[in-house]
Amino acid sequence: MSIKDLELKSIEYRKKILEIIFNGGAGHTAGSLSCIDILNVLYNKILNINPNNFSSYDRNHYIQSKGHSVEALYTVLCDKNFFSKDDLLTLNKFNSHFIGHPTKKIPGIEHNTGALGHGLSVAVGMAIGLKLNNKNFKIFTLLGDGELSEGSIWEALLSANKYNLDNLVVIVDRNKLQITGRTEEVNPIEPLKDKFNSFGLSTREIDGNSVHELNDVLSFTPFEKNKVNVIIANTIKGKGISFMENQVVWHHKVPTEEQYNLALNELEKLKINIEND
Amino acid sequence: MIEKANLEVFADTLLELARKDKDIIVVTSDSRGSGKLTNFGHELPDQIIEVGIAEQNLVGICAGLSAVGKKVFGVSPSSFLTARSLEQIKNDIAYSDHPVTLVGISAGVSYGQLGATHHSIHDIAVLRAINNINIVVPADNFETKEVIKAAINFKHPLFIRFGKKPMIKLHDGDHNFTIGSGIKLKSGKDLAIIATGETVQRAFKACELLKKIDINCTLISMHTIKPFDEEIFLNSISKVKAVITVEEHSVSGGLGEKCASVMMQKNIHLPFKILGFPDEYMVNGSQKDVLDHYNMSAEKILELAKNLIK
Repeated sequence: MSIKDLELKSIEYRKKILEIIFNGGAGHTAGSLSCIDILNVLYNKILNINPNNFSSYDRNHYIQSKGHSVEALYTVLCDKNFFSKDDLLTLNKFNSHFIGHPTKKIPGIEHNTGALGHGLSVAVGMAIGLKLNNKNFKIFTLLGDGELSEGSIWEALLSANKYNLDNLVVIVDRNKLQITGRTEEVNPIEPLKDKFNSFGLSTREIDGNSVHELNDVLSFTPFEKNKVNVIIANTIKGKGISFMENQVVWHHKVPTEEQYNLALNELEKLKINIEND
Repeated sequence: MIEKANLEVFADTLLELARKDKDIIVVTSDSRGSGKLTNFGHELPDQIIEVGIAEQNLVGICAGLSAVGKKVFGVSPSSFLTARSLEQIKNDIAYSDHPVTLVGISAGVSYGQLGATHHSIHDIAVLRAINNINIVVPADNFETKEVIKAAINFKHPLFIRFGKKPMIKLHDGDHNFTIGSGIKLKSGKDLAIIATGETVQRAFKACELLKKIDINCTLISMHTIKPFDEEIFLNSISKVKAVITVEEHSVSGGLGEKCASVMMQKNIHLPFKILGFPDEYMVNGSQKDVLDHYNMSAEKILELAKNLIK
């Protein structure tokens, strides 16, 4: 898939995220929009996870520690044929497995997440296990930046460094907002790159809404032999929809019908721009 | 006959099994010494993961190792394992249904004078309220060895807890051990004692004292708290005049309250007493002294039994 195709895919995914949240009446709108480009590049260029190889241990793995952005994950898994579009439209309906956080009841999801600060330790365990099995596959995990206040994240990083997990790729969706406000006001985490590097990790910082930069950085891991890979993906919460970008209120807000149509129009214009580029 | 501590039997059994199966992995939180796993670490260094004093991380890593096919034992003092990392147990092990075995060492009040921070008198109660985790509390060396063997190929989350003092031999060798099935150690028509873990030893001695004064007891080692063996419980109380439960745990949410709930819902009304720790600032002392203080000595159980069936 070319970079232009990836860019068009991101537009399609953004439309689908808004559709299922609008239809389901709930969802983490802005966080799903901030991380969708990361999931796009992972699932279409890097992971090679599909319904045929999913049941095997011998493949790459993805754990979404920031479980609340599940609408982005559902959208991508649906596109990769793990389940139908009709299944996806049961989001938030009574007795549906499509709930507001990832569960293994949904084909393509590897671990139940939602409570923050859990996914990284699980990913570390998987990375250790793959090394013990002498397998060259990699574990990718996506963390939120608000999630970095959880102490268990830093416990997990100590172990990841101890065991030289260069098969582990930790991606931080650095959208700089959390439910209360700006991360740097709620509980400052900067200087983040210095923190990671002081733990012995190998850190890269990129534009996390650029599929081009994501593809470049994710295609060449490990960054350094025997070192854990960390990517600070600088993103914009609500990315792609002008009135949602950088607005705290859109953390868990559902668009009205008018807002939904406005958003689709904006995305359609972006699509035309990309096609004509 | 005095045998080993259950802790030693656990460590010996696990080492024996792990020598033959490289997928068996132990995860410790600076607890290999307390877990008698130092030899394991020397002999099978590639099968032990050390995370330092970080119980939340320990449980998450256990889940991850299990997710790529390892047979995982997470070993840490029961107090910290089940309180500090309760959310990891709930989400990463139980809700995610990873067949990890979590081993709570130095459980109950086995840390004695180290005090309440180190006691785990809550672990059974909190894990009973977590969906999809099995709870086993072995009473002696036989039950400990059998539960570790069974854990290797068990398909769901499992929690096992025990202490570190030498145990007396309770089983005569012809009992079968299955997770989920209590074991009848004695049969008698006057009184039923339902006990779990190392307090079965104290109840066993009480039954022998009671027999001398012609009070015949049924004694059940209810090693599995969850799922609860309702059949053996109801069978054991069907002909007796009274029931006593004994556990090295808070009286809130443990074996005794489970038994009471079953009896109430079956409309069975018998004199009934739960022995365990009350909700108070607990007395300080050795494990033996604390258990004795809270009426869990053979002599105190004898007195209680006499009063109940009067």
